[in-house]
Amino acid sequence: MQHQFMQNAILAGLCGGITSSIVGVFVVTMHLSFIGVCIAHAAFAGALLGVWLGFNPLIGALVFSLASAAIIGPMADRGELNPDTSIGIVFSLMLGLAFLFMGLMPGARTEALSLFWGSILTVSQENLIFLAAVTAVVIGLVAAFYKEIQAVICHRQVALAVGIPATLIFYGILFSTGVTITASLQSIGGLLIYSLILNPAAAAYQLTYSLRRMLLIAPVFGIISCWAGLAASYFLDIPSGASIVITSSIIFGLATAFSPKRKLKRWQRAQLAG
Amino acid sequence: MDNTVIRIQDAVVSYREDVALQGVSLEVQKGDFIGIIGPNGAGKTTLLTVINGLGKLVQGQALVLGLPVNERSGIRLRRRIGYVAQVENIDPRLPINVRETVMVGCYGRLGLFRRPTRPQWEAVDKVLSMVGMAHLSHRPIGHLSGGEYQRAAIARALVQQPEIFLLDEPTASIDPQAQGEILSLIQLIHKEYRITTLFVTHDLRQLPSTCQRLILMKEGKIWQQGSPESMLKEEILSRLYGAPVSIPAKSEVAF
Repeated sequence: MQHQFMQNAILAGLCGGITSSIVGVFVVTMHLSFIGVCIAHAAFAGALLGVWLGFNPLIGALVFSLASAAIIGPMADRGELNPDTSIGIVFSLMLGLAFLFMGLMPGARTEALSLFWGSILTVSQENLIFLAAVTAVVIGLVAAFYKEIQAVICHRQVALAVGIPATLIFYGILFSTGVTITASLQSIGGLLIYSLILNPAAAAYQLTYSLRRMLLIAPVFGIISCWAGLAASYFLDIPSGASIVITSSIIFGLATAFSPKRKLKRWQRAQLAG
Repeated sequence: MDNTVIRIQDAVVSYREDVALQGVSLEVQKGDFIGIIGPNGAGKTTLLTVINGLGKLVQGQALVLGLPVNERSGIRLRRRIGYVAQVENIDPRLPINVRETVMVGCYGRLGLFRRPTRPQWEAVDKVLSMVGMAHLSHRPIGHLSGGEYQRAAIARALVQQPEIFLLDEPTASIDPQAQGEILSLIQLIHKEYRITTLFVTHDLRQLPSTCQRLILMKEGKIWQQGSPESMLKEEILSRLYGAPVSIPAKSEVAF
């Protein structure tokens, strides 16, 4: 079909926009932004290892992102090191490995560079199926464990104290972040995926005090970012990953500018007056 | 009939090189209201974490509500124990309101894959009315004052229908009027439900008058224990805190 690539791109934008934004809601609410950046770079390094050694880059990305989540979680939890320090060490290691694998690659590095920027217009059927499956699993997990996730991301210590398996849920969130990043690597790119995780969720965070609404608004922003970015890429002939990220940043800027959380609430005004 | 709900024998807890609890033994009977005082770093909070299974014993044993405390029983135990810590810093934009926060108390007992039902929401509303927070039930949790936040935390612990109530400096960092209100509420709850209560504080003025026994902790050990009348003596307390301490007059006490 003539426009098969465009159909794939639209579907990849739909799935990538939904999954990244849902995971983003957890990352933003728990203030785990740096952990997310670190996992994204780990996925990127793993994919480059795959390209260098000739195995499927998605497998490398998945193994590296899950391994980094498994290392960072306990390091941050046990408090042996300051969380920023431990995440910073893993982050710089992953960046170093990414550059090492790129440096060791013989010949042209076209595939490696495409993992940097991503290309939603050339997303493969196989990758699209993987992305759709990850989207379905993430939505299913959120529906099944909504109350536990809500407790853990808003009151982690309380969740632990009332007998919720809070540590398991926390690691589930980290691993979901890793899998989502892996699935979106080819379409959005290793360097840019993180903006798609952060920006729509951060924009939704500005607009509501309800987690349910946040989980609906953020994916809508994610899909708009992907589709508007995709259109800009197609019509203006600019890199798709960059146009998606810029669109999501504009949405965040608008949400912040018009955020009701910046204004005084009625009860606050009453308190000040009274 | 044995009414012992907490039995700790020779408990030792350490965090890396620091020994937080050294050979502590304690028995608590059902319905007791026990005050635990001592300077910062005395091991008071660690003792509470041994009871709810969050603190790992490196030596000794603990039996709580008939269950040996270990990693396997920890989650089951915590579902039966209400825990209120001191006011924490909360992001004012957090996407959860007071009613939802209180409902979190039910989640442990509910278990995985089960959603809260109408009777559970009604129970939450009832408890919110009891702690005087019904009018704030839809307010974002991050918009509460320290005293209001502690009322919500107590409500959350109550909907858990706890058999043991652990209160870890619940009146720290809040204004004196709110402190008095929180203490009155805690005492009212004990009078009403007879829940076994352990109340930790380093501030003698925050000690509820309903305390039946006072445990004095110092350097990870139970230093002395007895009735409040026998323990609240200037000479004993000055030795406990390592500085001259005067007993607060009744009028200074918030209850």
